[in-house]
Amino acid sequence: MKIAIASGKGGTGKTTLSTNLATFLGETKRVVLADLDVEEPNSKLFIDAQILKTHDTFKMIPRWVSQACTQCAQCVEVCNYNALIHIANEILVFPNLCHSCYACSELCPTQALPMEPQKMGELTHWRSDWIDGVEGRLNIGEEQAVSLISQTKKYVEKYFGDDTVKIYDAPPGTSCPMVEAIKDVAFVILITEPTPFGLHDLKLAVETVRAVGKAFGVVINQHGIGNDAVLDYCRAEAIDIIAKIPHDRAVAMAYARGELAYRSVAGFKEALRDVVAFCEAKGLL
Amino acid sequence: MKIAFTAQGTTWDCMIEARFGRTDYLLLWDEEAQTLESFDNNEGKNEAHGAGPKMAKVLLDLKADVLITGNGPGENANAILGKSGVKMYVGAGDMRVKEAYEAYKAGKLPLF
Repeated sequence: MKIAIASGKGGTGKTTLSTNLATFLGETKRVVLADLDVEEPNSKLFIDAQILKTHDTFKMIPRWVSQACTQCAQCVEVCNYNALIHIANEILVFPNLCHSCYACSELCPTQALPMEPQKMGELTHWRSDWIDGVEGRLNIGEEQAVSLISQTKKYVEKYFGDDTVKIYDAPPGTSCPMVEAIKDVAFVILITEPTPFGLHDLKLAVETVRAVGKAFGVVINQHGIGNDAVLDYCRAEAIDIIAKIPHDRAVAMAYARGELAYRSVAGFKEALRDVVAFCEAKGLL
Repeated sequence: MKIAFTAQGTTWDCMIEARFGRTDYLLLWDEEAQTLESFDNNEGKNEAHGAGPKMAKVLLDLKADVLITGNGPGENANAILGKSGVKMYVGAGDMRVKEAYEAYKAGKLPLF
């Protein structure tokens, strides 16, 4: 079963919940944690793990073959991302704008734009005492996260079967990378903080998850700060509150030491138990 | 000489727009013909990606010799403009179009 942990706002606790929940579940089940926040994957910082293997990942980019080109510029017309420009007698390709959709390459009447691999990042498979982890890491300066997220998921699906619980740590925001991370999971846990900013971005995330058609519920992190507006909103929208992680300095201290908070903070572990109970009741575990 | 300005409006009294790809308008002053034309960049400035290269292409299609702007084009647009002969002057972000033209004529604007 695949469960994604996502949020609108960044820094609300996606990785904190992902790493703690995955390891807690890993005490009794087979679990793989996929770090899909490929622009800054940081799950491994909190888990003492051995790297099993690392390999390069590639995206496909068109290369312009001047001798074959008839300057019809159809490629420029079909590109939705302005990744190709026709100037003078040249077609210029901008790899950082290209989404690897192949439209230019396949519609070119003279095959003047063959697709070629370009390194975009790395994929790492690690293992701790309790769980396996797979991490996608985008090269610095590389803008297109979606393809690497997709490749990371494919790796997870290839190497881990139905007997393994798959926890997806999604990227923040509500744009294409987040949608790619949640689009084939059974359930999305949206984590938020009970503040006006948290609520604002939670609403965006709820809208997105509903548009993608996923079942979801909310975990409130740092419960005790802010106000009740998130609770009121969830009640009004009939959204399940799965758990409330208490605001506790001890959680921040564990985090700062690179440790899993549930091992030292009782209130945190209680919240994890609530998440597990909820997931079991929904048939997700 | 054809001189292009990134601008917030369509007249000499408008402010220069500091941004290149996401400028509101591109103004083109033809020194020989003594005409000031304006081009609405409404489509380009709302592109999610690639506004810069798109504007660079417009500039080349208009056969501008000089560009007067604020911040200067970004990496992608510069990859195109760098190949062309367009001379790019920056630092006019807080001037009116007329002032920017005078500053350029007086040699007071830095080359990009």
